[in-house]
Amino acid sequence: MTLHLAVALDGAGWHPAAWRAEGAQPDRLFTAGYWADLVIEAERGLLDWVTFEDTLSLQSSRYDGPDGRLDQVRGKLDAVLLAAAVAPLTSKIGLIPTTSVTHTEPFHVAIGIASLDYASKGRAGWRPRVSGRPDEAAHFGRREFPPFDLANQEFITALFEEADDAVEVVRRLWDSWEDDAEIRDAATGRFIDRDRLHYIDFEGKFFSVKGPSITPRPPQGQPLVTSLGHGPGPYEFAARGADVLYVTPKDRDDAHRIVAEVREIEARIGRTGPPLKVFADLVVFFGGHKAGLDELDGAPLESDAHVFEGTPAELADLLQDWDLEGYRLRPGVLPHDLNVITRELVPELQSRGAFRTAYETADLRGRLGLARPASRYARVS
Amino acid sequence: MTLDRPAKQIHLAAHFPGVNNTTVWSDPRSGSQIDFDSFKHLAQTAERGKLDFFFLAEGLRLREQKGRIHDLDVVGRPESLTVLSALSAVTTHLGLAATVNSTFNEPYEVARRLASLDHLSGGRAAWNVVTSWDAFTGENFRRGGYLEEADRYTRAKEFLQTVRELWDSWAPDALTRSGGEFVRPGGIGFFEHQGQHFDIRGRFDVPRPPQGNPVIIQAGDSEEGREFAASGADVIFSRHSKLDEGRLFYRDVKGRLAKYGRSPDDLKILPAVSYVLGDTQEDAEERAAEIRRAQVSPQTAILFLEAIWGRDLSAYDPEGPLPDIEPDLGTDVSKGRAQFRRDRAETAAKWRALAAEKNLSIRDLVIETATHQTFVGTAASVAEEINTFVQTDAADGFIFAPHLTPGGLDDLVDKVVPLLQEKGVFRTEYTGPTLRHHLGLKELS
Ligand SMILES: Cc1cc2nc3c(=O)[nH]c(=O)nc-3n(C[C@H](O)[C@H](O)[C@H](O)COP(=O)(O)O)c2cc1C
Repeated sequence: MTLHLAVALDGAGWHPAAWRAEGAQPDRLFTAGYWADLVIEAERGLLDWVTFEDTLSLQSSRYDGPDGRLDQVRGKLDAVLLAAAVAPLTSKIGLIPTTSVTHTEPFHVAIGIASLDYASKGRAGWRPRVSGRPDEAAHFGRREFPPFDLANQEFITALFEEADDAVEVVRRLWDSWEDDAEIRDAATGRFIDRDRLHYIDFEGKFFSVKGPSITPRPPQGQPLVTSLGHGPGPYEFAARGADVLYVTPKDRDDAHRIVAEVREIEARIGRTGPPLKVFADLVVFFGGHKAGLDELDGAPLESDAHVFEGTPAELADLLQDWDLEGYRLRPGVLPHDLNVITRELVPELQSRGAFRTAYETADLRGRLGLARPASRYARVS
Repeated sequence: MTLDRPAKQIHLAAHFPGVNNTTVWSDPRSGSQIDFDSFKHLAQTAERGKLDFFFLAEGLRLREQKGRIHDLDVVGRPESLTVLSALSAVTTHLGLAATVNSTFNEPYEVARRLASLDHLSGGRAAWNVVTSWDAFTGENFRRGGYLEEADRYTRAKEFLQTVRELWDSWAPDALTRSGGEFVRPGGIGFFEHQGQHFDIRGRFDVPRPPQGNPVIIQAGDSEEGREFAASGADVIFSRHSKLDEGRLFYRDVKGRLAKYGRSPDDLKILPAVSYVLGDTQEDAEERAAEIRRAQVSPQTAILFLEAIWGRDLSAYDPEGPLPDIEPDLGTDVSKGRAQFRRDRAETAAKWRALAAEKNLSIRDLVIETATHQTFVGTAASVAEEINTFVQTDAADGFIFAPHLTPGGLDDLVDKVVPLLQEKGVFRTEYTGPTLRHHLGLKELS
């Protein structure tokens, strides 16, 4: 069976000291050229897609707020704009930026991702992210959040409920223009058939949005929605609104336990349409440089995901042994660990018949075997 | 023209054809209004002509007439900053200007997105600050129509000030990236802003943009709008494209700069204009008339009339005379288009008088009153006229809004720009990397 491989791009790589590694390019982190080189490399390796991390606050080694450290990468660029800046320089690889569904207006998200889908000719995806930190909320000043505490279930549940609504609104807006709405009918003087544009009239507990979108339906109809989750709440969020779920198993058994849990949740909430594609996230280091970086950073790397160190062949063994549909690899150091993925891991998997030797489709959904959905508002004829 | 000063250098920009009737979609040469290749063609044409920047407008709710989505003009467009970011990859010098509303956005996000575009483009970003505040547009956003009209500029002003505080929050030399230090102590963007509209604090997450502050454009025309521009904009996108009113506007706005400690060169005035070229003057005028007719279909003529009259006039013949019934000034049938809101009684009276005087049909009347091309003539006469406008202080340059996508700028760049270059009033090569540089604005560290 062939598997899907995505790569998660973030700063200088996923090790906090990655910018100090040999071959790192800290001086180029805020240039378009740096990101273009990485994504072109990923496309050369026939990877399914790249994701771009983002938050609405400065990076931190703490999950609950700022840390004041100056020895790690600080500062970043907007993920949607990063993805757009590499779109015209690539032609096959999927581009999946992260945005906040807590603070960013769903309307802005919908038109931004739709526009990325146009700029990339059908290769856009989206990773909605819930923001719970009070310092992030203080950047907006519209509401006050309590100190971040994972045990504060009531607060976190409400954030996810709100996120469900945001995803629903974005998806409705993508569908709010039927595909054939533009008619350019000279006889009646009409550019569009307005009966094929639809108010989404979303009214939820947290906000309402009228619609329709100002942007016509994107090339893929519905760009690919992907979500990261570490437990039942986020799994349920993904089951309601996403196409792909990234999870963080510790080993093979954990991976299969999580997939079973996700399937139960899908059944419980009555998910319709194709089941979630479940991908495991792995932080990857090839060539023994992790220990030195840990030392520079002053502590061993801590990660939500399993940390792999070894050879490309060993990673190929692991991926086949875990036996999931796909993986999102987080390179420890850029560009080094990405280059090993594209130049050594991919050929290794190809030689085992476990990875594509050419892109099957130009659009992103098709690569996962997902059909282009009709607009939910289209009249059935 | 005898002015005892060196010739002013002209600034030129390109506006992607917009969602109103001036964009002719019925022409067989008219291409997609949404495919990226259309944006790429126009932007690359602008760059071939060494234009200062490429401009995208914004409207966050589809326009409506009589309670239904307006269907006669181009409808639909992409999100400006996303498209401009993609265009940054296929251009090298061209400025990239996004219209972004200050009512339905928050400073932290706007600041980081513009700073990001400035980084990705190597210093070519601009922000056209617009203030649409209406509840109709608000229905697409969490807060709805929360802002009073009177507050649109107090918010815009505080918004811009806050965005500048965020851009300035990272020291220019913050990123040391050597030894074990990525950012130097004190270099990171701490900010705290408390005001009428914003009460925010924390750390900004994008290093200082290459231009220091991206270029600020302003397009409002009211008293408050002009004052806002004088206090803080680098460019005004104006509607005053006729010679006399252009000079009045120019003098008015430049005269407001001194009280903010700014000099006339700190604010460039660029009216929105259109052009039609021909081999001879007659040829150009004939083409111009054809284009105006295409811009006002029979259905569009009725729609314009309805917007002024405030009534359903669909039963009237567009090729026939004006209706006898009087306008209903209490009813506003048109939503999402600012230009119709004001002076409807006055407009209706003027239209009646003109139609009577020239014996015009509804459609001919609308063609005569609601369409206008700024420059009509041969390449040589248009180049001369453009230069006259600029040298006699009716403008510092222009934002050209062509009527055709994507080829509408080709003639300007191929035929008119070379003549301006020959006159020595327009650059033959870009001489610097940033938009601030192209516009002759002070460089910020
Ligand atoms: C030439 C020109 C172009 C404009 N373009 C836009 C636009 O793209 N989007 C928008 O929301 N408002 C646009 N506006 C509206 C203004 O920016 C402004 O927000 C509005 O007119 C209200 O301000 P005022 O009362 O000062 O005119 C434009 C105005 C002018 C004069």
